[in-house]
Amino acid sequence: MNIRSNMSGSLWKLVVKVGDQVEAGQEVAILESMKMEIPIVSEGSGVVEAILKNEGDFVQEDEVVVRLQA
Amino acid sequence: MTIKKILIANRGEIANRIIQTCKRLGIGTVAVYSEADEQMPYVTAADEAYLIGPPPAFQSYLKVDEIIKVALEAKVDAIHPGYGFISENSAFVDRCEKEGIIFIGPSSEVIKMMGSKIEARKRMKELDVPVVPGSVNALETIEEVLQNANSIGYPVMLKASAGGGGIGMELVYSDTELEKAFTSTKSRSEKFFGDSSIFIEKYIENPRHIEMQIAIDHCGNAVHLFERECSVQRRHQKVIEESPSPSIQPQQLEELKQAALKGAVGIGYRNIGTMEFIFDEQGNFYFLEMNTRLQVEHPVTEEITGIDLVEWQIEIANQHRLPSLQQSIKRQGHAMECRIYAEDPIRFYPSPGTINQLVWPNNVRIDTGIVNGTTITPFYDPMIAKIITKGSTREETVRKMKKALLETEIQGIKTNIPLLLEVLDNDQFQQGHYSTNLIKSMRENAIKQ
Repeated sequence: MNIRSNMSGSLWKLVVKVGDQVEAGQEVAILESMKMEIPIVSEGSGVVEAILKNEGDFVQEDEVVVRLQA
Repeated sequence: MTIKKILIANRGEIANRIIQTCKRLGIGTVAVYSEADEQMPYVTAADEAYLIGPPPAFQSYLKVDEIIKVALEAKVDAIHPGYGFISENSAFVDRCEKEGIIFIGPSSEVIKMMGSKIEARKRMKELDVPVVPGSVNALETIEEVLQNANSIGYPVMLKASAGGGGIGMELVYSDTELEKAFTSTKSRSEKFFGDSSIFIEKYIENPRHIEMQIAIDHCGNAVHLFERECSVQRRHQKVIEESPSPSIQPQQLEELKQAALKGAVGIGYRNIGTMEFIFDEQGNFYFLEMNTRLQVEHPVTEEITGIDLVEWQIEIANQHRLPSLQQSIKRQGHAMECRIYAEDPIRFYPSPGTINQLVWPNNVRIDTGIVNGTTITPFYDPMIAKIITKGSTREETVRKMKKALLETEIQGIKTNIPLLLEVLDNDQFQQGHYSTNLIKSMRENAIKQ
């Protein structure tokens, strides 16, 4: 399952790492857009399989940030 | 010397605003822009324009070396910093001085002192200006924070000493919330301001935010240019500002003028600045912070006094006397400003995108940096324009503002215009009896219904 960015901005903080168990509704990363912090939240649960963006990267809207193994 | 050419170290609406005054005064203008702003109107409005780097602010508008390099290359006499970015960066002011460039604003010492909220509070206390009860020094450990919070009494506000713009503030109601808030406020302060110092203040319930515009020249003349009520806020950021304040009593206003001037003169301030105060429900007021620059809401003061504040900044930077002294500064009528934000009016989330239709109302002041076709990028503040109306009474001013907002059409992005109209229609707002919690309580009431 892919967790996508809900808008474009800079990836400020990743709050999960590969191997972490994530639950539905959990915050996985924080984006900074227009000087505001926007949480990126997982819609489902699973284990973090891959993190596709680094802190500081610019992320486009709908781009995959974290991949979960259901 | 007389300033003949100015570099504007800013972007968008405020760069446009400064260019307008410079053109009127016959002063040459130099714009700087990031790769994201190449198509912005202010870039073509200036006499010269220089690319200073990639879109992120820390790679462009915050790059002191790059801005100084352009200033020297363009042979400007002075730099106007606008607001935000490097406008309150004392190291930048030092660099200007070293390079023989006039910084249009106060001295680096004063900027440094007022930039630290902890220092500013200490200084105001020494000058007998009332400050919000809180910690005297920066708090380093959770134990210190807990001890302070318990001696002040909950609720408390954790604040970044270098903070501003509503960032780096957290409201805390109990010991259990405090540890998490302490960690997050510290990390945000470090990230946004490069300084992790934080302090604690008593949270004032249902406060009103009222500020005083002041101006001081190098000849010892100090004046106030009346107050601005800025209590309509969301996420600790102003949304609507007006003058006169509909709530302040004549006696309170006199005391506020005295306190603002006493504080500003006491620290050796020069140029225009704003002393921000918070009022509690009993009518007591406390110093909150000083903004050592032009404010976003300066047009409200310009409309009621007829004074061009950018011109005054340039005059003072030229070491000239204030163009008017207190007895000749009069206030006429009522003025109001609505900030147009590119954001979802319900969740307050940013709304970047390209504007594909733009219609402004006629016969009102619009301060903006956008045109039809402008792309609002995620790199900068969401404020895209300010609508300013003026009337002989508050009612007339509000009526004109409603009409102006209804006539404004912005397509392609979401804006806060629906929220602004909701506020203007709100009973508490119309009666002038509102606090900084107005929008929050409007939202809560809407959910209940």
